[in-house]
Amino acid sequence: MSTVQNMAVPARLKPPSSALDVNAVRGDFPLLRQRVHGRPLVYLDNAATSQKPQAVLEAMKHFYTEECSNVHRGVHELSERATRAYEAAREKVRAFINAREAREIIFVRGTTEAINLVAQSYGRTQVKAGDEILITAMEHHSNIVPWQILCQEKGARLRVAPINDAGELLLDEFEKLLTSRTRLVAVTHVSNALGTINPVQQIVEKAHQRNVPVLLDGAQAAPHLRIDVQTLDCDFYTFSGHKAFGPTGIGVLYGKAQWLEAMPPYQGGGEMISSVTFEKTTYNVIPHKFEAGTPNIAGTIGLGAALDYLNQIGFERIVAYEHELLLYGTEALSQVPGLQLIGTAKEKAAVLSFVLEGIHPHDVGTILDREGIAVRTGHHCAQPVMDRFGVSATSRASLVFYNTREEIDALVAGLHKVREVFGT
Amino acid sequence: MNELRELYQELIIDHSKRPRNFHPLPDPEHRADGYNPLCGDKVTVYLNTEDGRVQDISFQGSGCAISTASASIMTETLKGRSRDEVAAIFKKFHRLLTQDETGTDGNTELGKLVVFSGVREFPLRVKCASLPWHTMNAALERKSKTISTE
Repeated sequence: MSTVQNMAVPARLKPPSSALDVNAVRGDFPLLRQRVHGRPLVYLDNAATSQKPQAVLEAMKHFYTEECSNVHRGVHELSERATRAYEAAREKVRAFINAREAREIIFVRGTTEAINLVAQSYGRTQVKAGDEILITAMEHHSNIVPWQILCQEKGARLRVAPINDAGELLLDEFEKLLTSRTRLVAVTHVSNALGTINPVQQIVEKAHQRNVPVLLDGAQAAPHLRIDVQTLDCDFYTFSGHKAFGPTGIGVLYGKAQWLEAMPPYQGGGEMISSVTFEKTTYNVIPHKFEAGTPNIAGTIGLGAALDYLNQIGFERIVAYEHELLLYGTEALSQVPGLQLIGTAKEKAAVLSFVLEGIHPHDVGTILDREGIAVRTGHHCAQPVMDRFGVSATSRASLVFYNTREEIDALVAGLHKVREVFGT
Repeated sequence: MNELRELYQELIIDHSKRPRNFHPLPDPEHRADGYNPLCGDKVTVYLNTEDGRVQDISFQGSGCAISTASASIMTETLKGRSRDEVAAIFKKFHRLLTQDETGTDGNTELGKLVVFSGVREFPLRVKCASLPWHTMNAALERKSKTISTE
């Protein structure tokens, strides 16, 4: 289509030599080599889940072929090796988010389970009738529903800090909602539907001034930003392995040791106990107190390999490259007639959520799919965000460091095809 | 592109942009809400009967081109039909969406609805086309609860 060429954004200056080598990086991800509907795959659904580098797949294969055994159980060689690999992964996570101690790292299924753990364990003991939990208007359902369940059980109240039309948190309004009744602040670090990067440092400071602990939902932040929980001083931090180039079914809850020690267990079973009689059970120390049952050992090891991989590339390069992609993508999409970006925060991750005038996102997604382009369409598990912007759904292209400008050009060309099909 | 053209036939695009019978019925005899939580499609079907036939039918809601066109063409198709005819057409339409039926034998009664035959190449979109029909069915059966595709 000739119009597409006219729409192309002029090439920017060549990146410096220390910059990320995207071709080399793409070579690390076997899945990216495939074709979909006869076209090269353009995978732009990374906020839903990211693809996995070979190193992660190898690490998991190595566990199952060389080390498979249960952890913290046997005295035999394999169990020793499995336990070492499992605990080594915990140490990798500790270093990744700069936690003070490895025992502050709890392995869970994902961000959702991490938040539910805090809602149930912290909430059960610390939240009473009339208390309040403060969240924001840009939360994912997984940082809304666990608190609603808790509030319903306890007769507590869920308060929601509003956002502006760009999708930025109104910090003043947030502060007004922090009261003597607030028992916990739970805020997303990066919005999955809008891409907004929240001022989490300020949020934690303001909450701590009132002695309110803060949970940060880092599902969309951990793959893209350097996380330092000591600098942030947050009380809880959560993220998922699968969005950070690791396997599905593994995630992390970081909690300050003082909180985790005071909190009751979330699930009962093996591993989380020191001794059991029918009269009384003594719970294990943290982190084991919160890891009932055989954990996802292979997933944990895969996550460790994913974090190694991210460190190897380096967040400095990742942040610079992804920001460049965001600017390029924002400019390119802005030139598509009838396209409106949803989420235009000044501080933003490489998420491009948009609506096309007169065309439902579901139809956009189907037509792009036939071009080999994978985007997410729908409400992104953030229906209140959709309501806030008066749309029922959006299309979302979410980018990571293995995406290219050429892929953004392909998206733009695909959107012109969408308009052609609909005669707009 | 051919499969896309099969899916988004001109009649479908036309009905999605200018849906027919797109309004509520005042004080309807039957009414039901349909919802697809996957994509957020919402549809409400209103229906009045007379002597066992669909005397009037309309819809409202928001959804993709496939679901809007499906609802629009459904209302055109069902007006004046008996309950038995409605059930038979629904059955045939559902088969059209999900099975590869060669030959036009079974499709003669479907009329305009055959434009949805392209949907079967897009399994994730079958629910879009069938949601208005399930909702209509629930309305006829006087089910008051929201019909979900999940």
